[in-house]
Amino acid sequence: MLNVKGLTVAYDDTPVFSDVAVKFNAGKITGIIGPNGAGKSTLIKAILNLIKAREGQVDYNGQPMKAVQKQVAYVEQRKDLDLTFPIDVFDLVLTGTYGKLGLFKSPGKAEKAASRSALEQVSLSEFSKRQIGNLSGGQLQRVFVARAIVQQAEIIILDEPFVGIDLQSETAIMRILKQWRDENKTIIVIHHDLNKVTKYFDDLVILNHGIVDYGPANEVYNPKNIESAFSADLSSVLFQEKEGAQ
Amino acid sequence: MASLIDFFNALGKYDFLQSALLTAIMVGIMSGIIGSFIILRGMSLMGDAISHAVLPGVAVAYMFGFNILIGASVFGVLAALLIGFVASRSKIKTDTSIGVVFSAFYALGFILISMAESSTNLHHILFGNILAVSDSDIMTTAVVLGIVILFVVIFYKELLVTSFDETYAKTYGLKVQVIHYALMLVLTLVTVSALQTVGIILVVAMLITPAATAFLWTDKLVTMLVLSASVGVVSAITGLYFSYTFNWASGPAIVIVAAMLFALSFVFSPKQNFFKLKRSVAR
Ligand SMILES: Nc1ncnc2c1ncn2[C@@H]1O[C@H](COP(=O)(O)OP(=O)(O)O)[C@@H](O)[C@H]1O
Ligand SMILES: [Mg+2]
Repeated sequence: MLNVKGLTVAYDDTPVFSDVAVKFNAGKITGIIGPNGAGKSTLIKAILNLIKAREGQVDYNGQPMKAVQKQVAYVEQRKDLDLTFPIDVFDLVLTGTYGKLGLFKSPGKAEKAASRSALEQVSLSEFSKRQIGNLSGGQLQRVFVARAIVQQAEIIILDEPFVGIDLQSETAIMRILKQWRDENKTIIVIHHDLNKVTKYFDDLVILNHGIVDYGPANEVYNPKNIESAFSADLSSVLFQEKEGAQ
Repeated sequence: MASLIDFFNALGKYDFLQSALLTAIMVGIMSGIIGSFIILRGMSLMGDAISHAVLPGVAVAYMFGFNILIGASVFGVLAALLIGFVASRSKIKTDTSIGVVFSAFYALGFILISMAESSTNLHHILFGNILAVSDSDIMTTAVVLGIVILFVVIFYKELLVTSFDETYAKTYGLKVQVIHYALMLVLTLVTVSALQTVGIILVVAMLITPAATAFLWTDKLVTMLVLSASVGVVSAITGLYFSYTFNWASGPAIVIVAAMLFALSFVFSPKQNFFKLKRSVAR
């Protein structure tokens, strides 16, 4: 279990959120939703130690995050990566092995085989020699998911992985997430599309500069919470539609 | 053609020309390799800054008679640290911080050099004096080349991943700052070696132009490193030939050749696709 305790994070004087406490379970896909600027990416970055928290701790099965750094895989939000970089799909996926290899070791047969297999799992084998700038948004996102597969992490965190990608890629990524769930990993997904919340996630965290609610998705995803995190309008539209359809 | 034969005859006859050629080749290789990482990290400006910021170190080394590699390294790394410090401890952007720090170092260097030495020396530092390399200069350059190759071979995957995706490298606990400053240190060593060949003003050209040329031809980092080093070497040899034959200063001669190679690549390389781009614009 990934346990966030009393986390306060600030970029300047006013914290993005204060005293956040939330738990992420193994063997579950947990969604994080909340309006733009609610602090979703910030929460993830603080969990990953990319930003220093002002207060609070995060631990995983009782160990501090620093100790399990190599057990974490992270797929960033819409990366402003240099897409002209001289690297092909295969070599990008192979960088997923670097963390566990450590210094002074180069990827060998086993690492290369793992990368090939990961590319197969996201159906991109035939693109392995392609320079990364020559991929669609969805293909590129699948490449990053393949890198996460290669990392063989216990905790996998994705920040808005489905934004701006095709349905085929979304389905392919969702299939990998479910595979990870079956392997009892802890999967956290920041998500923007409220329609698919209960379909995609086992657990749900609703965030708006602090935790609005968290727990099993079909309990937490209710008109009251959506109204309090987003707006009454959005809540009524979403839940009326749903009832109308049933 | 006669001048080419002259050049090779002279090469057989004169030690100083052999030394110059050897040094130029080594500098071409090391600046091509390190320059590739500099441009891929979007640090061309930083490369320029560090190459200028070593000047006070060079001056101090002259004054007190110790190895200029040491003097230059101290000031090069100091400048890199200061640039990082100013940028991270204020709202000032990195390129601004670079501008402030490197010009201050450069100015200090000028003052120190004018205090220490005659103006001919300054001229050599600014524009290079490859025909006057000593045996100990060759040795020093060879050592730096060795350091560069070892550094890149040993830390190849760390250099690759931090250049391409620094955030990812941080998530698995790689000390990206250590890699950054190690690269800056190696960069200052390369700068000092290149100083003698092309002079302080043109060092940045040796770092950037061959790497940029190589970048236009390949999508593989290893290939880019090899190509970039090759472009550096070809520029160095050809430039030296022009320098010897037409009595041009060696630095500008080498850099002009590199720039020509870049221009040719710009027009003909498949990645750039100049003709295709032009056509699609014209349509
Ligand atoms: N690097 C930063 N520096 C300063 N403020 C930031 C930075 N990143 C995000 N913020 C601010 O923090 C708040 C939360 O941002 P973020 O976590 O990215 O939101 P979300 O991912 O939920 O859309 C926003 O108000 C945003 O403007
Ligand atoms: Mg975000």
